[in-house]
Amino acid sequence: MTGTEVGLVVSVFIACAVEAVEALTIVLAVGTTRSWRSAMIGVGVALLALAATTAALGPALTALPINVLRGVVGGLLLVFGLQWLRKAILRASGLKALHDEDAAYAEESELARSAGQVEAGVDGYSFFVSFKGTFLEGLEVVFIALTFGSNQRDVPLAALAALAAVLVVVAVGAALRAPLARVPENSLKFVVGVMLTSFGIFWGGEGAHAHWPGSDAALLVIVPVVLLFALGTVVALRRYLAGAPAAVQAPVNA
Amino acid sequence: MRRLEQFLRFLWDFVIGDDWRIALGVAVALVATLVLSDSGVTVFWLLPVVVAVMLSLSVWGVARSRR
Repeated sequence: MTGTEVGLVVSVFIACAVEAVEALTIVLAVGTTRSWRSAMIGVGVALLALAATTAALGPALTALPINVLRGVVGGLLLVFGLQWLRKAILRASGLKALHDEDAAYAEESELARSAGQVEAGVDGYSFFVSFKGTFLEGLEVVFIALTFGSNQRDVPLAALAALAAVLVVVAVGAALRAPLARVPENSLKFVVGVMLTSFGIFWGGEGAHAHWPGSDAALLVIVPVVLLFALGTVVALRRYLAGAPAAVQAPVNA
Repeated sequence: MRRLEQFLRFLWDFVIGDDWRIALGVAVALVATLVLSDSGVTVFWLLPVVVAVMLSLSVWGVARSRR
């Protein structure tokens, strides 16, 4: 396995695991509070919709010439990755509230309880909330898996990494029957942001005909530099905020 | 029409996110890299520099707005 393939597997696995943890929290809350059967039907339909999206977009992407693919898809991956990294930096520096699965579970459960009586047969609320949660979280995974997989010309490897992450999270979630609050989600999102941004810079640059010194080995420099830059920004922001009045230091749920 | 608008808004939030200036900076940097590379200029450094500048402007803008 080459360095870029390892990067692909690690990035897709972690990103998928984090998104699966978030989807699991929603499904657990709705299933426990209202209807397991309806929640699971919602998950099943969402997975089918995600599979159809992957099947439609995957071959279309891999049919593009590699330079066009790397320029356009690398650029998209970079913009998408910078969103993750920006949020991760804001969270780590205290400017944005940390994601808390226990709090998310409590909030979803409260909403599910206040949504009226559970319907006989398929409960509409349980179905739609589970479907929406799984589909939207899954869409990010599909985007990451397809952009990484198509750029590396190995969509099946990306799909395998994604599937492995889902299986691990579902297995642990089924065993615990509780939100996976101990997963260091915020740190993992930081790592994913660094990886998406680094690969986006590399592939975006290649697609724009830039020649990286050392070719693929340039990633061994880009990834640590992006990581150090992000960590340095967090330290600088924390120091800056430490000098601010207490009232303005409170993180917000943005 | 409304569904199309909702879909486009979802797509915008999904890909562009909270700060559109980052996406604009990346797009401009990619085009500049392409043009300069094809003119024979060594320009691999441009994209990482633009990323660092745009990301810094974005997060420091949030920090300053809280102070």
